Amino acid sequence: MSAPTIPAPEITKAPSRLAPSSQEPPGYRRGGWFVRIVIVIIVLLWLIPTLGVLFTSFRPENLVDTTGWWTALAHPFRAAEWTLENYRLALDRGGLGNAFLNSLAVTIPSTVIPITIAAFAAYAFSWMEFKGRYVLFVVVVGLMVVPIQMTLIPLLRLFANGATIGRLIVFPDLDLNGSFLGIWLAHAGFGLPLAIYLLRSYIGSLPSSIIESAKIDGADHFTIFWRLVVPLSVPALAAFAIFQFLWVWNDLLVAYVFLGGTRQTMVLPIALAGLVGERGETWHLLTAAAFISMILPLIVFFSLQKYFVRGLTAGSVKG
Amino acid sequence: MTISGGSSEAATLPAGPSKARGVVSLILRLLTALAIPIVAFGLLWATFDFLRDADANRFMVVGVAIVVGVCGVFFLYWAMNRVVDFLPERYREGVRPYVFVGPALVILGVFLVYPVINTLLISLKDAQGEGFVGLDNFKFVFTDESMLRAIRNTLGWTLVVPVVAVSIGLAFATLVDRLRRGEAVAKSLIFMPMAISFAGAAITWRLIYDFRPEGFGSNIGLANGIWMGLGHQPVAWLQQDPWNNLLLMVIMVWMQTGFAMVVLSAAIKAIPEEITEAARIDGASEFQVFRRILVPSIAPTIAVVATYMVINALKVFDIVFVMGSAETNKTEVIAERMIDWFFISNNDGRGAAIAVVLFVAIIPIMLWNMKRFREQELVR
Repeated sequence: MSAPTIPAPEITKAPSRLAPSSQEPPGYRRGGWFVRIVIVIIVLLWLIPTLGVLFTSFRPENLVDTTGWWTALAHPFRAAEWTLENYRLALDRGGLGNAFLNSLAVTIPSTVIPITIAAFAAYAFSWMEFKGRYVLFVVVVGLMVVPIQMTLIPLLRLFANGATIGRLIVFPDLDLNGSFLGIWLAHAGFGLPLAIYLLRSYIGSLPSSIIESAKIDGADHFTIFWRLVVPLSVPALAAFAIFQFLWVWNDLLVAYVFLGGTRQTMVLPIALAGLVGERGETWHLLTAAAFISMILPLIVFFSLQKYFVRGLTAGSVKG
Repeated sequence: MTISGGSSEAATLPAGPSKARGVVSLILRLLTALAIPIVAFGLLWATFDFLRDADANRFMVVGVAIVVGVCGVFFLYWAMNRVVDFLPERYREGVRPYVFVGPALVILGVFLVYPVINTLLISLKDAQGEGFVGLDNFKFVFTDESMLRAIRNTLGWTLVVPVVAVSIGLAFATLVDRLRRGEAVAKSLIFMPMAISFAGAAITWRLIYDFRPEGFGSNIGLANGIWMGLGHQPVAWLQQDPWNNLLLMVIMVWMQTGFAMVVLSAAIKAIPEEITEAARIDGASEFQVFRRILVPSIAPTIAVVATYMVINALKVFDIVFVMGSAETNKTEVIAERMIDWFFISNNDGRGAAIAVVLFVAIIPIMLWNMKRFREQELVR
């Protein structure tokens, strides 16, 4: 089993230019003009919204406000039609530069922490003997059904007030709201069930002979895990990492609840939502901001497409 | 600092006594499982006064945050594993598994198990989440006009989005399979919106639906551009109840069709060519091949993709939230109401009740989806 997913789709597969048509079985019908035209129409329909944002973000404010972005296509080489000013404004005055940094500070640990924790747990569930192993694993997987909305109210209260049973402090008042630690742990918690489930089915399917022979050579569990299992599991780890990265980067709900909308701590989706709220119609700024938020996911998407698809299809069982 | 006690607790572990073995080893296990997250908290917490400092250089803060977050968690496992090595030998291998799974269990307990139970309780309480009010909140959910609209709209989302996205995705996957070249490019472009945030997508489509009444500037939205080009008056698209709901659903269809297409395309490619060829030689038309062979062979995949989209549509929040004015435009959905009641109206009880309704709606679909997912995995 290559990866614990729905059949791994390969959209990066190179078009087989070399395959001579004579190899196709007789009667096999390749698409004619009709097929091609339909495909081109659908692709254009799907591209136009993004192109609208892209073009608008490079047009000067006064033009954005008075004419539709498509009118710029009539004279694409007139210098007065284009500007970079919107990006400068968005990064600076719109607070997008700061939000971009915050997004990095939230997303990278929110990706690494759950993967590390899940990999250790998955290893234990696969290759270590302990009481309650099976029951605990079933419970962990069962937690995939919990929607995030179900957890928000108690978590916010917990973060703000701590928790006590009688006089005993069970969970100290850490004032975690608005801190990075709070949101890292929240994202880790929400990502863990799926991560453990996927990594366990991958790590558990590694050949036991490798693990056994390492044990005979005197390696302890930590060494086996770190030197052997982690390097062998890179495909599964990468697939989940990319999925989790994009999920956290694009997340509005968890960030809104745990980090809030202050300028100091806001992440990109919050900044975007804020710009819509406070200056409804400043399209030159909004489009530049939207594009800034899309840059990193798009780079990840186009450079790591194969893993990305795998992670996403795996993510289709996330609650 | 309340947590610093945790680290000294961990340090005393190696010197564990040796009387009643079973009890001691149980205690040791519990302590180890607890100690890791507590020490983690302690360490991370110490750096957070710095991270919270409003005047600190942002680059520094972000850099430190990333390093602490990324390295901290690994360091803690390493440290705890070292601690276990100092234990008396007979306890060592009994305790070690709990060092490996303990942190995951603690985090899941705090972030999923406890909140679910607590939300169930709060849903029976008043706005402050203090006094019990019985089932009043649920009565509100199923009688309030705006809530009923939210339920109606959400049902609409769960029907329209999966059907449209899967249909277009299936059609596109079938057609693109016949391209001699450019297949990968065409697929990438359809799939691309999936990488964008819902907030970014909402802005993208707000630009398309943009409307300005007469005297407030010219209409720069593409929808009105086309509509006026056809000789009509500009329309405030997002205020046309109930059609505005469909216009919001278009956004989700735009984002998720690529996902359906990619997964279905992989399934189509897995159908053995001999089967379709045999049908063609027997004189089946292309449409018959599609309907009688292709669709039945990939039916399980279609089911998984469709349920995934149903779940996503049930939980839709960002699109409606960023589009704004849900209540005046009558585009409320369940997840958006939950945030509205919880945050904006500060009514914990009602917010929790709405969350419970969402949870109950999701459970059966999710369980079914997980079952299908497992079956598919076993088949391979």
